[in-house]
Amino acid sequence: MITDKTLPDVSRRALLTGGLATGFLLAFHLPLRAAVNEPEQPRDTTDGKFAPNAFIRIEETGRTVLLMPQVEMGQGVYTSIAMILAEELDADWAKVAVLHAPPNDKLYANPAFGLQATGGSTSIRAWWTPLRAAGASARAMLVQAAAVQWQVEPASCTASKGEVVHAASGRKLGYGELALAAQGQSPPKDVPLRDPKDFVIIGQPLKRLDTPDKVNGKAVYGIDAILPGMKIAAIANCPVFGGKVGKVDDSAAVKIPGVRKVVVLEDTVAVIGDHMWAAKKGLDALKIEWNEGPNAKLSTKDIWQHLRAASEKDGVVAKSVCDIAKGLASGDRFEASFELPFLAHASMEPINATVHVRPEACEIWTGTQIMTRVQSEAAKAAGLPVDKVIVNQHLLGGGFGRKLEPDMVVAAVKIAKQVDYPVKVIWTREEDIQHDVYRPVYRDQVTASLVDGKVAAWKYKVAGSAVLARWLPPAFQKGIDIDAVDAAVDAPYDFANFHVEYVRAEPPAVPTGFWRGVGPNNNVFAVECAMDELARKAGKDPVEFRRAMLTKNPRMLAVLNLAAEKSGWGQPLPPRVGRGVCVQPSFASFLATVVEAEIDDIGEIVLRRIVSVVDTGIAVNPDTVKAQIEGGLVFGLTAALYGEITIEKGRVQQSNFHDYRMMRINEMPKIEVVVVKSGEAPGGIGEAGVNAGPPALRNAIYAATGVALRRLPIDRKLLAAGKKA
Amino acid sequence: MHMATVLTINGETKSFDAPPDMPLLWVLRDVLGMTGTKFGCGIAQCGACTVHVDGKAVRSCVLPVSAVANRTITTIEHVGSTPAGAKVQKAWLDAEVIQCGYCQSGQIMAAAALLAATPSPDDSDIDAAMAGNICRCGTYVRIREAIKQAASGRQS
Repeated sequence: MITDKTLPDVSRRALLTGGLATGFLLAFHLPLRAAVNEPEQPRDTTDGKFAPNAFIRIEETGRTVLLMPQVEMGQGVYTSIAMILAEELDADWAKVAVLHAPPNDKLYANPAFGLQATGGSTSIRAWWTPLRAAGASARAMLVQAAAVQWQVEPASCTASKGEVVHAASGRKLGYGELALAAQGQSPPKDVPLRDPKDFVIIGQPLKRLDTPDKVNGKAVYGIDAILPGMKIAAIANCPVFGGKVGKVDDSAAVKIPGVRKVVVLEDTVAVIGDHMWAAKKGLDALKIEWNEGPNAKLSTKDIWQHLRAASEKDGVVAKSVCDIAKGLASGDRFEASFELPFLAHASMEPINATVHVRPEACEIWTGTQIMTRVQSEAAKAAGLPVDKVIVNQHLLGGGFGRKLEPDMVVAAVKIAKQVDYPVKVIWTREEDIQHDVYRPVYRDQVTASLVDGKVAAWKYKVAGSAVLARWLPPAFQKGIDIDAVDAAVDAPYDFANFHVEYVRAEPPAVPTGFWRGVGPNNNVFAVECAMDELARKAGKDPVEFRRAMLTKNPRMLAVLNLAAEKSGWGQPLPPRVGRGVCVQPSFASFLATVVEAEIDDIGEIVLRRIVSVVDTGIAVNPDTVKAQIEGGLVFGLTAALYGEITIEKGRVQQSNFHDYRMMRINEMPKIEVVVVKSGEAPGGIGEAGVNAGPPALRNAIYAATGVALRRLPIDRKLLAAGKKA
Repeated sequence: MHMATVLTINGETKSFDAPPDMPLLWVLRDVLGMTGTKFGCGIAQCGACTVHVDGKAVRSCVLPVSAVANRTITTIEHVGSTPAGAKVQKAWLDAEVIQCGYCQSGQIMAAAALLAATPSPDDSDIDAAMAGNICRCGTYVRIREAIKQAASGRQS
């Protein structure tokens, strides 16, 4: 890994030479430190480099710069993607540096979306083959260049660790030495990819490339952008959904030292100051009258009434196997509904965007999951062509789906249009929580029948917002949100009669969006809670009950068996302590999780231990896979234990971490994650742990207390000693 | 104009204009351009803004700058020059604690203050010192492990 310390000259040279690059080229060729850690974006060209494709730049020094089509928000993707490219390229890992790719859907669109977006646990799955091919093609060009120079057959040469070697003659050339010659080679077609058994980089728990600067304050996130002449803006969005700004009295605010300007937009008021403190004090000193609009009386109660009514209607059939009506007509009938609340994302880095609007161009400094969409939406807001909008991507202090939206950038552009200097717009935590795009409320109904101790018929109706219909309209076909029913249609079990329906039910006024774990959050919860209740109805152990219906799903069965073994499933536990299991095939990975929890006499929950076993196919970086499961579990369990956004008088009632609580270190159990060896293609991993936590905990509570919870977050009042469902 | 404020930060004397009620967090970030210390909540609930004042971990988002004149302030940019801070930084990388990293400045400052005061913390010491620091990526298991590694000098 090349560190910033070894390369100050490169950054300086790039800054000084400037060049003719437009915004489109701007993020190319930045050394890691500059791209990741400095808001300034020096310019460069491809001169003197081997640039075989959109992802690889090899300099004459041998320094190998890999351009990242996916953004780094903690999931370790810079390292994993670099590992995939470096593997097939046979790069010297010590010479690898990574850069943000610039916004460009033609070059960097995520194959899963056709858009340069990071989300849905798609990064590794979507890029696995294209990036291996990119690496292999570049390696073949370097080998060809060496073979030409040595006048030998390319097939007689090999590549390893950034060198081409001709073993017969003992000659070697480094990739840097070959860079110029390789640039003259044509990219070959259909270069064979490496046999996974020969991988030397993929599969190793390599250290992450982004973490060294995260221990000393050097890492630069969007909120850390600093520009000459920059001012800071604090904002107040209309507290009522859909409301507008009425009258603003800024007479007191403008007298506060450091306050520069008050900007009034349609539904937002911003105060620009020399620093955040002046901006905040200015905001506090404003007298704002809001036109609250039609949602001024909206409450959570209304929203649930609306959703429950909608969920009773027939849905669009998303999948149907055999005869569900006939299947449900016999056997022992089970019916249950499961309800999930609105949730905020609450990434640790509050929402922010820094924008400089000039007459001829607009430049943006932020961390986003959707670079090209931010660029095009900012262009609309600025009234400029897309190619006049420069997006400087930064590290994200958490994304979790919130930064799949461009709203904060659009608002910042509107504010920055009012002044001639750069403005950093920072949302307070209160604005962040009260003006999110929320994980939708869901109501999921399961109707099933048991015959001979197995599920003979399974009817599952999902009701909730179609986030996909808004976010990626072409993917919303025939009235089915394929994300909302993802793990419903992909149920792991062998159900003879199987039927899934979807009811699109948009909550009044409340904007909804993707939230880490995405659609499967609702599906895995409903399926795994229902399975536990069905097991009890059938008089079976929850693990045994599931095993009997996983005979056609060997990968799922294998992780379940290992999780049962590692967790001591079936071994005796003290009173009011239970184990709960969750199995889920999500994002092409297979995860089995056992949560062990104790419920005290007043219904408070103590997590004792978690075991997760994951088969994610080839684990590009097994330590990252473990970390993602560990963190995902915490994210999901936080929601199960505490997460709920409620609305009264059209306003979100929660505002900060005191009333929108997060799990803390003192609440943590021991977590053991086992990554099983597999030769299958890699699956997704960022979301899976999130889905696993809530049902596994709920089932542990069910085992410990007999109370079958059907709503989240967990209601402690139902769990006090002596209560029984 | 305000009276010039003088602070000792990371061993350097800094002189600047700021209103006396301005929290140290915004002085660091917006006046002095030291962005390693992070804004997370503004109400001392998350710990992202943790710095050391006279070696103790404090939340800079609610600490008026007037309250820290003549005190010794250390931030994440300089904590590596303290023995406990250097050990914590190394352990954080050895255990690969970090995911998004946004909260980790505060986590490292809290852990360094813990180890400086309590060189061999047990689990309850770790809970007491670290429960004020939220990590949304959920790196808590590794934070605990890294603190133990830093205390013992062993590697993962």
